[in-house]
Amino acid sequence: MLSKRIIPCLDVRDGKLTKGVRFKGNIDIGDPVEAAKTYYEQGADEIVFYDITASAEGRGIMIDVVRRVAETIFIPFSVGGGIRTVEQVRAVILAGAEKVSVNSGAVENPRIINEGARAFGSQCIVLGMDVKKVDRSAKTPSGYEIVIQGGRKYTGIDALRWAKEVENLGAGEICLNSIDADGTLDGYELELTHLISTNVKIPVIASGGAGKAEHLLDVLTQGAADAALIASIVHFGTYTIGGLKEYLKGRGVKVRRQW
Amino acid sequence: MIAIIDYRAGNLTSVARALQHLGEPCEVTADPNKIGTAHRVIFPGVGAAGEAMGNLRASGLDVCIQKAFEAGKPILGICLGTQVIFDHSEEGDTACLGIVPGRVRRFPGELRENGKPLKIPHMGWNRVDFVGDHPVFRGLPQGSEFYFVHSYYPSPADERLVAGWSDYGIRFCAAVAYRNLVAVQFHAEKSGRFGLQILKNFCSWEGRDAQ
Repeated sequence: MLSKRIIPCLDVRDGKLTKGVRFKGNIDIGDPVEAAKTYYEQGADEIVFYDITASAEGRGIMIDVVRRVAETIFIPFSVGGGIRTVEQVRAVILAGAEKVSVNSGAVENPRIINEGARAFGSQCIVLGMDVKKVDRSAKTPSGYEIVIQGGRKYTGIDALRWAKEVENLGAGEICLNSIDADGTLDGYELELTHLISTNVKIPVIASGGAGKAEHLLDVLTQGAADAALIASIVHFGTYTIGGLKEYLKGRGVKVRRQW
Repeated sequence: MIAIIDYRAGNLTSVARALQHLGEPCEVTADPNKIGTAHRVIFPGVGAAGEAMGNLRASGLDVCIQKAFEAGKPILGICLGTQVIFDHSEEGDTACLGIVPGRVRRFPGELRENGKPLKIPHMGWNRVDFVGDHPVFRGLPQGSEFYFVHSYYPSPADERLVAGWSDYGIRFCAAVAYRNLVAVQFHAEKSGRFGLQILKNFCSWEGRDAQ
């Protein structure tokens, strides 16, 4: 039986963490490689890096970060943020990431999904979806719409239809981010997560809203998610990954407990 | 030196990085001479069986791997590398290398666990129960988990070749031991400390002691 995955997400700009990460002792860590190593040792099942760098120069720094992470941790990790071309996918994979996450780039040019999957295999291509709840309409029958540019721009694409489409195009996994829940610490968008996860055959990582251990429990059970993305609740030292797993295990969720 | 066979089946650098971390000299190579002089061979890979076999045949690496096996070199298969050492794969109905007797099967379409449908590929961490006392699988705690990504699984002709079992709706073979060859369906190089332990054990295994 597969374990449910717990995946910390680190935001990086110009090769540095955008917000410091505080582990025990309140030492602020700004280096993404050090933070990744600590989470690896704490039992993270995978790590996601989200690169918010705008400049081409900063992107080069990120490739170097990816290389150093790949030499340091021996679990899968993915890199996302601003990836628009197969060349960018290639650079990240060859630097040592297991997976690349494409988001707006796939909305603008869905071919990046099948070209990326053909070049490196479906397991490499994670489709990041930013979703907002909207009124049900002919365009958005599921009541959820794909948004891009950090939630500022509506695309008119129905979230469920898009999830099925990217699965057909060869995405290996979906990282489903609720813009409504993101940053609230009030819990994941359970209804959305359940809707997408039970309608595609590829794994779904739930993202946005984790503030307490019980939120993870809810999304991994009621939400039917295969994995939960977490950020603040571990970055600020509120929980350790081991502590979250202990909690989940106690409530009947299968998690990896030896590492 | 350990030769990591390069047959254009995905990104093979992660295996090399894991070995470098362990301080083991290695080289990703498609050169038959280098593979011929290597002390050990790792045969990794991700992708589709048909394409992989096409690449292996076109480059002559199929013969090269067969020779390495017959010469008694310790060989480690990983993921797709594990699958193509069998006689046949259901993926694209592909004739494979035939080094280990058996077939590679697709997970049934309607797998269920506790009444819920299971997703394919089998992607993520799952427990492997090792059987016997093979030197490559020593020192792993009971219930240790490994990272998998696959839709097909090996099914050796003789169950005695199974060195580890895993469960995903059905019980399937996750590790094989056959003479001087061991092979794992999971990604040892991406399975944390226990995966590194397997790689380390392989690097000091002389290719004997298999049941």
